[in-house]
Amino acid sequence: MPTSTLGGQGTKERDAAGPQPAARRRTPSPRLRRTARGRQARAAWILAAPFLALFLSFMLLPVVWSTLMSLTDTKSADLRTPLNVSFTGFDNYVRLFQDPQFFNALRNTAVFVLAALPLTLAAGLAAAVALDRGIRRFRAVFRVGFYLPVITSIVAVAVVWKTLLEPRTGLVNTVLGWFGIDGPAWLADTRFALPVMIVMAVWRNLGTVMIIMLAGLQSVPQSLLEAAEIDGAGAWQRFWRVTFPLLRPALLLTAVTTGIGYLQFFDEPFVMTDGGPLDSTLSATLYAYKQFGNGNYDVASAAGYVVFVLIIALTVLQFRLLRDKD
Amino acid sequence: MTTAASAARTRSATDKVLRRRRIRQEWGRPWLYLPLTGLLLLMVTPFLWMLSGAFKPEADIRKIPPDLIPTRPTLANYRELLGTLDFTTMFANSVIVALAVTAGNLLFCSMLGYALAKLEFRGQRAVFTVVIATLMVPGLVTFVPLYVLVSNMQLTGSLLGLILPFLATPFGVFLMRQFISTLPDELIDAARVDGCRELAIFWKIILPLTRPALATLAIITFLSSWNNFLWPLVVAQNESQYTLPVGLALASSGQDFTRFGILLAGAVIVLLPVSIFFLLFQRHFVAGIATTGLK
Repeated sequence: MPTSTLGGQGTKERDAAGPQPAARRRTPSPRLRRTARGRQARAAWILAAPFLALFLSFMLLPVVWSTLMSLTDTKSADLRTPLNVSFTGFDNYVRLFQDPQFFNALRNTAVFVLAALPLTLAAGLAAAVALDRGIRRFRAVFRVGFYLPVITSIVAVAVVWKTLLEPRTGLVNTVLGWFGIDGPAWLADTRFALPVMIVMAVWRNLGTVMIIMLAGLQSVPQSLLEAAEIDGAGAWQRFWRVTFPLLRPALLLTAVTTGIGYLQFFDEPFVMTDGGPLDSTLSATLYAYKQFGNGNYDVASAAGYVVFVLIIALTVLQFRLLRDKD
Repeated sequence: MTTAASAARTRSATDKVLRRRRIRQEWGRPWLYLPLTGLLLLMVTPFLWMLSGAFKPEADIRKIPPDLIPTRPTLANYRELLGTLDFTTMFANSVIVALAVTAGNLLFCSMLGYALAKLEFRGQRAVFTVVIATLMVPGLVTFVPLYVLVSNMQLTGSLLGLILPFLATPFGVFLMRQFISTLPDELIDAARVDGCRELAIFWKIILPLTRPALATLAIITFLSSWNNFLWPLVVAQNESQYTLPVGLALASSGQDFTRFGILLAGAVIVLLPVSIFFLLFQRHFVAGIATTGLK
């Protein structure tokens, strides 16, 4: 069985060579190797070309461009002549950090991430453990039900949640009314609008965490758990001492990807409250989008970059916190 | 006498233990079903509420307290929805855009994924690193320049403007590369020995073997395109290019948010196809998310 990565030439030579180490010693002439390698490289570039062309124009170019844009005074008036702008250094960033509205947006984003991220991870992990270890019947029903919100369109979800939360005709306040509680006007109340977004985010994302954790749980060797049981470890100990450490890599991955998504907290306030009431649900990315809408392309890019830096910081922090402690 | 009675007692005690063990084996921990059912109810309540509202006459939606189950079920909301908005066009646009984006991603991502996983070329590492690093870039960083770019390409007035920026996504490359790496090298070497050309190896040997990964990528891409709303909302300039979420977002935004019945019917139309799709293909779906850790 020839296992070298060379091309179709020099076949006879390799077939005669027998086991792999011998084959490796008997490499064909440099000329042959060069053409085989060359053919492979050419094929690779042909295969890569369509993706890379699209990637360069619609991803890499915009990334670089927005860096530059955040250092200029690009406005919507420059839409047709985007190169005809002046360089202004870090003015946009300075202006950003002097804007109390942006600080408020950053604070809302921080509250959202700090509340929604642990809640989503904990709920997803708990659901996965309950489904994997706790019950035997109807697993698929629970799995599908918990996952269903993940695949939904946020626009459709917003319509449904808005009617659910209607102060007088909505289901939530009706149910609260059965217990004699007079529910608030959820989305119009500065105290409740952001918590509602947090609950919505947990509702929409715990299914993703659950699925990844379920896959992780299935990779925990049964023999290890049995050995721990024989050694007298209770269910609680078995989970925290055996299962949880083995889940750590999967947990890290979900924490990072969910964190990246949550720092870009946008959809829920955009479709539910437009950042209100009184900017209480205005997020950093929604702030950037509103600047874009007002024609301040430069400030919008700068705000986007601040979020990017925060994402990198949170990712590094999570790798530090959840990495295996050897 | 007494021995027989105690024997019977022991037997019933062992029966009880055995029964408990059997329940445990078949059901797991019975008490867990209570919190899990409670959570399930919370998770699906919005869907049930939507279905209930979408089949109620507008007057009943305003009723205080609301009916949990429609007392006078009606299709009036759907009829009015189809009459007022050009829903057929929006539905067609959503399907066209999602199919085009899915086809592009399947082809381009598997091509690059194969090159990165199995071929040797200069700059391989750099290409992989740069493509994967962009997974961290927030959508809003690229949003503004992308808008300037697409509007200068005169694409804001056509469906192409909704398709082109999403044709090749880094996530797809990651997924395909991970999957193709697990295929045996011997397969490719044997084909080379048999004189198969490099591109034919990809097309005739690798691609058919990647079907499970392609299915996963297809489902994920189709769904994210179907649900995508911000870009089409900004780029689509007239009703002939609206996708379903755009139509629903515009109908439900601001002061017009009064006709709950119609909006809920619209939400049903947006959610129903993907929900059915998900229920049918959930196996592929779950497999893909579990292996890549991304959605």
